[in-house]
Amino acid sequence: MKTFWLLVRAGFRRHSAYRLALLAGMTTNSVFGVIRASILLAALASAGTSIGGYDAPTTVAFVWWGQALLGTVNLWGFAEVKDRVRTGDIAIDFLRPINPQFAYLAGDLGRAGINLIGRGAPAILLGTLLFDLAWPPSTTSWVVGAASVLLAVVVAFAGNFVINLLAFWLVEIRGIQLLWMITGGLLCGLYLPVPWFPDWLRTIAQWSPFPSMLQNPIDILAGRVVGTDIASAVAVQLFWAVALLVLGQLVLRAGRRHLEVQGG
Amino acid sequence: MSIIVTRDLVRDFKKTRAVDRMTFSVEPGESVGYIGANGAGKSTTIKMLTGILKPTAGHVRTCGLDPMRQRIEVARRVGVVFGQRSQLWWDLPLRESFTILGAIHRLDEAAARARTDILVEQLEMGPQLRTPVRSLSLGQRMRAEIAAALIHSPELLILDEPTIGLDVLSKQRLREFLVAERRERGTTLLLTTHDMGDIERLCERVLVVDHGRLAFDGTLPGLAGTVGAQRIVVLDLAAPTPDLVDVPGTSLVDSEPDGLRQRLAFDAEVTTAAAVLAHVSARHEVRDLAIEEPDIEDVVRRIYAASGRS
Repeated sequence: MKTFWLLVRAGFRRHSAYRLALLAGMTTNSVFGVIRASILLAALASAGTSIGGYDAPTTVAFVWWGQALLGTVNLWGFAEVKDRVRTGDIAIDFLRPINPQFAYLAGDLGRAGINLIGRGAPAILLGTLLFDLAWPPSTTSWVVGAASVLLAVVVAFAGNFVINLLAFWLVEIRGIQLLWMITGGLLCGLYLPVPWFPDWLRTIAQWSPFPSMLQNPIDILAGRVVGTDIASAVAVQLFWAVALLVLGQLVLRAGRRHLEVQGG
Repeated sequence: MSIIVTRDLVRDFKKTRAVDRMTFSVEPGESVGYIGANGAGKSTTIKMLTGILKPTAGHVRTCGLDPMRQRIEVARRVGVVFGQRSQLWWDLPLRESFTILGAIHRLDEAAARARTDILVEQLEMGPQLRTPVRSLSLGQRMRAEIAAALIHSPELLILDEPTIGLDVLSKQRLREFLVAERRERGTTLLLTTHDMGDIERLCERVLVVDHGRLAFDGTLPGLAGTVGAQRIVVLDLAAPTPDLVDVPGTSLVDSEPDGLRQRLAFDAEVTTAAAVLAHVSARHEVRDLAIEEPDIEDVVRRIYAASGRS
């Protein structure tokens, strides 16, 4: 456990070294937050007072929590593991008495932590100042919402880890990563809330891990999902977190047996 | 019990056989140089010893363990440095890497700190502890890599080209450290290198691999003797001197005008550079001396020429 914590801390420090990137990310997130909130509020005004359970304050909360969590949850994925497989540096990971997935997960939680502080918190603050934003309705929503954010980080990491591992078999996985980004960006509820989707698309989204990466924690924090629905939202996330982590272990094991590190 | 055992070890890549029926064993406390040309199969063997690569066929045991099945157990007992890869955290101050590695190896905090302090002192890295790894010079980084590989006090240290690209002084310090480390802790050492100096200073035993096959297993002087590779003493003399044809155990290679510079070849098993120098300086004033070593690649080539392969 101490090992895990130290690796989390290392991830946090590594990513806090890039302050300018954090600032740039926060600025971009905020500008898009203003634009998206304005568009969605206009849509809402033309449709009446609420769409799919979202009134104006929840819609604003949906937008700003989305912007805030955008850096924290690694929706767009990472290339570190893929690059290490390609260059053969993954060999170093196998020389350590630790499971590589465990080590990378810890690093990613650290990265999420600094992004939550450096990018997430300022975005939420700005959203609150500029708009009428719905706050989590109860302590339960705050606490379970935080746990839900953590699970969202884990699900996004675990999914991306599997994608990265495909580099054991494929020379270039950029196409797959792009597909993951586009599908994920849409189905996780970043652009529009999943409940606003047409039925067929909502069904697809609900059978995918993507809403667990963003929609579920936002719904809990924005107070759209309350009561026992909170439990089922978190249960779904937990299922995907475990399922994708297990899949990652299996793929990692297969990859190691397939590994070909020549030279150097 | 042997610390490394391989028997008929084979590893095929798509079209090539990188390691071909390799059989050898290393006993605890030994210091073994593992040499061969680029692509001879050195790194591939190391990767099979440490559980990174799955052997195509054959038997391998490291510290009595099956590296593929017991990777984590092997990792606890072996330290590895790949000269061309880093195990340090690039963006963080050097000290952090040691802290994290200590935790990964589940050392208790006091023990990890004590071990780190010793390594830092011996490798003279104190001033760099706060420096991010990416800002270290190559020599500093390589010392840090070795410290990182030794933090858990492994029984077996495997170094894959640890001195590649280092200047003379850095090489020297690294070798001195490794000699001291082995003397104090009895660490078994397996070293691949292209540098004959590394082998001479550090290794009692040499394995030569070529085209994935073990071509020689013995001592370094034995290796040079096998192929008739000789060392050469270059003597710069103070005054013109007749050709030095009577120095015991040597033969004159050439003599530059007036005999001011003479090159004597000798067999390391027959005499030593010191004996040659003593003999000559008793009779003539020697201004300077240099020793030319047989080139490793050349030695390997000769071995194969001798065994009828090329």
